[in-house]
Amino acid sequence: MKPKIGVFGFTSCSGCQLQIVNLEDEILDLLGAVDIVYFKMAISEHTDDYSIAFVEGAITRESEIDDLKWIRERANKVVALGACACIGGIPYIKNFIGVDRARKAVYGEDAKYFDSIPTKPIDQVIKVDGYIRGCPINKNEFLRVTKSLLLGIKPPIQNYPVCVECKLNENVCVFDEGMTCLGPVTRAGCNSACPNVGNQCYGCRGLLDDANTTSEKDILAKHGLTVNDVLSKFRMYDGYAEVSK
Amino acid sequence: MSSVDVNVEHVARVEGHGNIIVNVKDGKIEELRLEIVESPRFFEAMVVGRRFDEAPHITSRICGICSVGHTLTSIKAVEAAMGIKPSKQTIKLRRLLTYGATMQSHILHEYFLAAPDFLGVGSVVPLAASHPDVVKRALWLKKLANDMCDLIGGRTVHPISAVINGFTRIPTVDELEGLKKKLIGSIPDLEATVELYKTLSIPDFNRETEYLALKSDVEYAFYDGDQIASSDGGLTPVVKYREKVCEKVAPHSTAKHCNSLRESLMVGALARVNINYKQLSPMAKKVAEELGLTVPCFNPYMNNVAQIVEAVHCAEESIDLIEEIISDGLKKEDRNFKVRGGKGIAACEVPRGTLYHEYEIDDKGIITGANLIIPTNQNVKNIEMDMMELVPTIIDRSKEQITLALEMLVRAYDPCISCSTHLLNVELR
Repeated sequence: MKPKIGVFGFTSCSGCQLQIVNLEDEILDLLGAVDIVYFKMAISEHTDDYSIAFVEGAITRESEIDDLKWIRERANKVVALGACACIGGIPYIKNFIGVDRARKAVYGEDAKYFDSIPTKPIDQVIKVDGYIRGCPINKNEFLRVTKSLLLGIKPPIQNYPVCVECKLNENVCVFDEGMTCLGPVTRAGCNSACPNVGNQCYGCRGLLDDANTTSEKDILAKHGLTVNDVLSKFRMYDGYAEVSK
Repeated sequence: MSSVDVNVEHVARVEGHGNIIVNVKDGKIEELRLEIVESPRFFEAMVVGRRFDEAPHITSRICGICSVGHTLTSIKAVEAAMGIKPSKQTIKLRRLLTYGATMQSHILHEYFLAAPDFLGVGSVVPLAASHPDVVKRALWLKKLANDMCDLIGGRTVHPISAVINGFTRIPTVDELEGLKKKLIGSIPDLEATVELYKTLSIPDFNRETEYLALKSDVEYAFYDGDQIASSDGGLTPVVKYREKVCEKVAPHSTAKHCNSLRESLMVGALARVNINYKQLSPMAKKVAEELGLTVPCFNPYMNNVAQIVEAVHCAEESIDLIEEIISDGLKKEDRNFKVRGGKGIAACEVPRGTLYHEYEIDDKGIITGANLIIPTNQNVKNIEMDMMELVPTIIDRSKEQITLALEMLVRAYDPCISCSTHLLNVELR
């Protein structure tokens, strides 16, 4: 019998779920290897009988906590899909504003209708067995991790910075191009996607286990960023790392 | 049946989380709502206090499917605030990127999300077994559109290389030639798509509403267009969008509701075809005729057909545009500009309709205010009003048939719910 998988979305842009749909060359083979039994964005039929759950999105509402726990109770393995689920990602920015202020700013006097709690990555609510990082996830990494899960082996974990991949790709250093970059402190695995096309690393895969953020902040300041700029940069994706230290 | 109670929790095959609630007793509609239950997202608050150049990166994350549209509209608004005038090359590459993104989104919607209803299957999975050729064609076309976005934007979901005042990477002539060849090769597949849609029966339901779309002298407006045209007459400059599109909070929906001259309005492919039909490419006009889309068309289910027409338009226009870009000559450009404060308003036609971004930026380049109006927000009220008029005409059908008709109506609008909730709840049980 083929393993059954479910794909779920919490607070997010659905871009990581879309990346699964974007596996145009491989999706028919994937459907040959697994049964997708829950994937509301793409498929109407659904059951709650799945062994692997891929969860996209951060948790930003009380009701999502119960739903996530419900998924955890049914799945043998839960894999966090993308920056929002793995590290809080962009939705975590809200926590630095404050829920009430953000709610009032957008919905004004009607703010009371809209339930929202401080953003949490999913492993702050349930046990998570695997992480597919990035904003959005890399399609090939999704395939690698899924294959590893099916084979029962541990997928490779990159605990080296994006700079390593960037050098292998022979890119000119982003700093030398007059921009600033979070590559030195960010976990690799994206094959330095953004510097490859001339942009900077925004840190979407999260910080390395032993990232020297103090030294990175010094470098950013030397390249003309203000304290506010440096904080903003780290708080684009890595806000949770800052408060969980 | 004169009484029916429809409660679709979490409509499938739409992006995000929405519920349909319809309750009819003795022929009278007692309750009818399209609930948007996606969690509030707060993007307008999250960009405040940040540097101007972070806005396109952050607002792209409003929606994976519409990320090209958000990135480009955000860039245009920041450029408007700072008085930056991007080069002709940049504008042409942005137009090409928009064609790729529109084609990708429309193909995804027409084949994967809408077509299963017409072919009587629940999703693309059984479709892969019953109609393997259809699914393989769909995957090929979608890949082509995604490749186009990868080439121009650096990545299809959350583009990387489109930035303020240009691109961080310019495609090479060889790459563009290769893309052009693939686009020419896609024409038989697009024709087969048209043949498929000819065999599908689109429900006959008409309700006239106000249609809004951008208007441009340069193109059938997608990237360009600084006037908002209404089917009820009149043009409004984009900078005065607040006068035209009025946003209101509805308690059952984290997506705000919008209206203009009438109680509701419609944006998206059908609205654009209704307003800008004359500017469609020759092949797209022929496809509209073959699929029975004559303007003005008041049948919201025909939005599916309008998307096919636009996919063909995007492919044909892209071929011409690539030739133009190659003959102009590609060069690496200076992207430097002077940071200054100001207020910037911009709009683009994205797959689901007109998208507005507005920012206020201080002299140091820090964002002090933002307002974003999303296509799906503009359509939510119109979907409810369609349902209001549709339900009495189908009340004699079985509950399953009524539910399917309503779900198909919602899906015809191709709603993007992550986008529309300004800022998620999952009904799992």
